[in-house]
Amino acid sequence: MQLDSLYQEIILDHYRSPHHAGLADPYDVEVHHVNPSCGDEVTLRVELDGDVVTGVTHQSVGCSISQAATSVMSDLVIGKQVIEGMATYEKFLELMQGRGNVEPDEEVLEDGVAFAGVAQFPARVKCALLGWSAWRDATAQALAKKEGATNV
Amino acid sequence: MSDARTFSSPLDTQSVRADFPILSRVLANDFPLVYLDSANSSQKPRQVVAALEEHYLQHNANVARAMHQLGAEATAAYEGGRDKVAAFIGATNRDEIVFTKNASEALNLAAHTLGASLKPGDEVVISEMEHHSNIVPWQLACERTGATLRWFGVTGEGRLDLSNIEELINERTKIVSLTWVSNALGTINPITSIAEKAHAVGAVMVVDASQAVPQFPVDVSTLGADLLAFTGHKTVGPTGIGVLWGRYDLLASLPPFLGGGEMIEVVRMTGSTYAPPPARFEAGTPPIAQSVGLGAALDYLAGIGMDKIAAHEQAITAYALEGLQTVPGLKILGPTDTVDRGGAISFELDGVHPHDVSTVLDTRGIAVRAGHHCARPVHERFGMQSSTRASFYLYTTPEEIDALVDGLGFVRSFFKVD
Ligand SMILES: Cc1ncc(COP(=O)(O)O)c(C=O)c1O
Repeated sequence: MQLDSLYQEIILDHYRSPHHAGLADPYDVEVHHVNPSCGDEVTLRVELDGDVVTGVTHQSVGCSISQAATSVMSDLVIGKQVIEGMATYEKFLELMQGRGNVEPDEEVLEDGVAFAGVAQFPARVKCALLGWSAWRDATAQALAKKEGATNV
Repeated sequence: MSDARTFSSPLDTQSVRADFPILSRVLANDFPLVYLDSANSSQKPRQVVAALEEHYLQHNANVARAMHQLGAEATAAYEGGRDKVAAFIGATNRDEIVFTKNASEALNLAAHTLGASLKPGDEVVISEMEHHSNIVPWQLACERTGATLRWFGVTGEGRLDLSNIEELINERTKIVSLTWVSNALGTINPITSIAEKAHAVGAVMVVDASQAVPQFPVDVSTLGADLLAFTGHKTVGPTGIGVLWGRYDLLASLPPFLGGGEMIEVVRMTGSTYAPPPARFEAGTPPIAQSVGLGAALDYLAGIGMDKIAAHEQAITAYALEGLQTVPGLKILGPTDTVDRGGAISFELDGVHPHDVSTVLDTRGIAVRAGHHCARPVHERFGMQSSTRASFYLYTTPEEIDALVDGLGFVRSFFKVD
């Protein structure tokens, strides 16, 4: 239960000035996700070009962890292939569920390694995953939409 | 450190605390537990745990349907809990006490059974400061029946806005369901005068007393309510038990809620007849040990004296309101004095999200609640998404309030807000 391990400077920086904040046009899909137990909310837009994530923008109300995690997530997936982004999510999830026993891979997670301390605060893991769940949902919908369009 | 301020309470908190071993726990980084989340769930004294243990280890069996000696003991123990609840809230007839699993189930029971006779054009009146448990069951009842849900607003000060009561409670109103004490704002609502208005138009008055029964003496014989709900775990009792009290003639006129064992008279494949209250509303094996535990909890509170507990709650709330208002950038949601106010204080701290406030306090052993406290509409009313809530009970000390105020100073310096 060390505060400094939870609130790393990188997290506070992303919280104070989140990357890709503010909803942008054009986009393929917009989703709104909430964490019903605490009320955190995120609206997130995704734009794909083929299977490459070209844009993620978001607007959210929530705590430092959820806002910073959404910011870091956007950095991690923009410009990547969807499957790469999904693989990064798996790594991040593993870190979050690791109760502090997982060594984060900085190559893959970049600024996301700063969230290692969150794993020791079980009540806050959901905060760190909110933006990711919105991105996964929006991306899946965007892919399905494109699939539908090409099948016509 | 906060300045030493005056505090006087009729309770000997130190001897009360000796009954609650959990309050002596030392948490991570050697911080002693400061439990300021009793409005969420109260701690349990040894006496309650001892009663549960004695029941399970010596008298355990099913009730009523078990014909043996232990069955008789378990039945007597379960029904003994009912007698204690009746006496505690001033009910003259023990059959007016229905056991449920919590306050939420009690309110759902009310909404299903009372709500069964609603028709399009009928109106149900609640308020913007309700707990979700006193909103959603009525929304569902209105959806099922085509009745209209209406509500009292909340003033800027956090009081029920009664300015349009004459229009709101009218000849179409069938049910008025209000919280006695708001779990988010702390506000104590004028139930008796609103019940008079409800009765004048022939409506039934339902009261959510989840935060009232723990805090002050309750007498249903003079309150004006027709149905009243509360939950065991907030009154130093066990989880898994709630209470719906109702005027006997009203309960006797209501249809069943859940179907099952013990709630029937005669079951035929073509149809069944139902037992009189309270059995009609207690389908299946009831919360037997929990009734014993709740009885012990109410005995414990009565032994100390609900008037003293209420006076302590007032004193500690006044002390906390004063202390919290010394924290720069802190805004209290709801009344800022103790007039008609209970012991739960929600607040916003400028520049720091409530989750972050509560996590930082938690690392100092201080347990508060962060979020919307199952009262999202009232947060929306104040343009907030969530808040931090500190709540107090008979074991709360002024030193714990000082620790909270100091902790909030630390939160501000940690997040560098100034
Ligand atoms: C005012 C109020 N009503 C209803 C409830 C619901 O109680 P329970 O969760 O035990 O059903 C609570 C507590 O959470 C409450 O504070």
